[in-house]
Amino acid sequence: MEEVKEVSRLVQESTAAYRIICEQFGEAVSALDSNDTMPFFEVLESGRWVEIALFMRDHAKLKFNYMACMSGVDYPTEGKVGIVCNFQSLALLNHKLSVKVKCDRAGGCIPSVSRVWHTANWHEREAYDLFGMIFTGHPELKRILCPDDWEGYPLRKDYKVQERYHGIKVPY
Amino acid sequence: MQELDTVGQGSVRVTRKSDKLVILEKDLATEQMVLAMGPQHPSTHGVLKLECLTDGEVITEAIPCLGYLHRCFEKCCENVDYPAIVPYTDRLDYLSGMNSEFAYALAVEKLLDLEIPRRVEFIRVIVSELNRIASHLVAIGTYGIDLGAFTPFLFCFRDREIILGLLEWASGARMLYNYIWIGGLAYDVPTDFLKRVREFVAYFRPKAVELQNLLTENEIFVKRTHGIGIMPADVAINYGWSGPMLRGSGVKWDLRRNDPYSVYPEIDFKVAVPDGKHSVIGDCLSRHLVRAVEMEESLKIIEQCIDKIPSPEGFNSRSAIPKRIRPKAGEVYSRAENPRGELGFYLESDGKSTKPVRCKARSSCFVNLSAMKDLSKGQLIPDLVAIIGSIDIVLGEVDR
Repeated sequence: MEEVKEVSRLVQESTAAYRIICEQFGEAVSALDSNDTMPFFEVLESGRWVEIALFMRDHAKLKFNYMACMSGVDYPTEGKVGIVCNFQSLALLNHKLSVKVKCDRAGGCIPSVSRVWHTANWHEREAYDLFGMIFTGHPELKRILCPDDWEGYPLRKDYKVQERYHGIKVPY
Repeated sequence: MQELDTVGQGSVRVTRKSDKLVILEKDLATEQMVLAMGPQHPSTHGVLKLECLTDGEVITEAIPCLGYLHRCFEKCCENVDYPAIVPYTDRLDYLSGMNSEFAYALAVEKLLDLEIPRRVEFIRVIVSELNRIASHLVAIGTYGIDLGAFTPFLFCFRDREIILGLLEWASGARMLYNYIWIGGLAYDVPTDFLKRVREFVAYFRPKAVELQNLLTENEIFVKRTHGIGIMPADVAINYGWSGPMLRGSGVKWDLRRNDPYSVYPEIDFKVAVPDGKHSVIGDCLSRHLVRAVEMEESLKIIEQCIDKIPSPEGFNSRSAIPKRIRPKAGEVYSRAENPRGELGFYLESDGKSTKPVRCKARSSCFVNLSAMKDLSKGQLIPDLVAIIGSIDIVLGEVDR
């Protein structure tokens, strides 16, 4: 029973935090998906993502100073790729909230928040490396885990590994 | 000296031959030099390469280059069933396999909404705390070696061997355990295991103090780490630091306490933060001290768990394991306190498949290492070694 209480607290806190963001940005954000495991909302106008990010970090009742994780995700049915960011107000208000931002699969752009949270720098490089979305305004957007001259984006669902890399056969 | 003045601008290289200075080279370049440290350098703790721009002995910029150990863990996960991912997680942070398995099992259990038998929970905590000690012993031992102290390394590995022996006895493997399964454990612990663990705790307590005396009170070690690589708390949080690194900067944040999971809420332990008496808060020495204190706290946790653990009567370690693991559609981000910080798993399930649509491991070392660029600016080359050592990276987890 204790666990159930814990989960509902997570949803309550996330809902409260979401309301503040929704009041400020209205149409730019989607409704909150208040599931038990990871309540999140989506940024519909991805051009305003940095503005929203700064608001989330600096508003006195939000204070999301800690980006725990940023994961790239592929949505082939929607024709999109996106990121899922998990935030927490670490050692301040302790509430959590997750945010999704999506862009087109082919040549889509998401504004970079690496100037809002330093930790986003490498997370965005990783998402670019594995999914291929462009983070506009990123200080050094280049591959981080794969070699610089690797072809394709490995974590996309339709990824086909290249036949040869520098004369070495790749698929084993 | 007269002759030198006539040389003009630029540096020169001279030698003395029968009381006369002879110029060997003149107009030497004074621009920055690129120094590649790694990927095979012993003090980068694995295949990490640092491209250092140096101005004499001073680092102007150190750029980490990763990926030498990249094996696309996340792509592998999308192609296997949920339980089959457990052995892969061992290979993320291979110095603390139990903790990685624990974090992954927690994530899937959250998605499944599973109830876990209490004895399983206690065994999980005991083995992962043992593994935490083993991992910190490697961190501390190799840190000593980086800074020129060889003896503590031998002491650390002697004691770590006992822990690995215990874990091997329970799971059958020394480092890559595949012991903590989703919903349970591979096996119950052997008879007398808990007795042996208690003996180990009694044995290790004085050894931990001895280790402290060897390193923390060693003047050379302190001189090499005190006031080096200082990270202020707010910048550390902005960089997403976690674990001993964050606590070294004076933030009292431990997921076992602040976002509790398993049976940690029932257990009394102290969250280690530096007091600023022996070290500057946020420097390399603080991070080392946090690890040293954490080992002792882990001993306390283990002792309390052995006292509280339910009896093995009628216990089946696999009783709660579902026959077929197919979580309902949804997402979860779940995390646990690893020896190196927050290990998080982001899982996405479509509700139809027995394989995750997306499985992302949020690696603590990866995030901690991302601050390297700022941390190393203006430091001396030997201090760079001290800083990397204090981050305590495991490249298996950084590169995934």
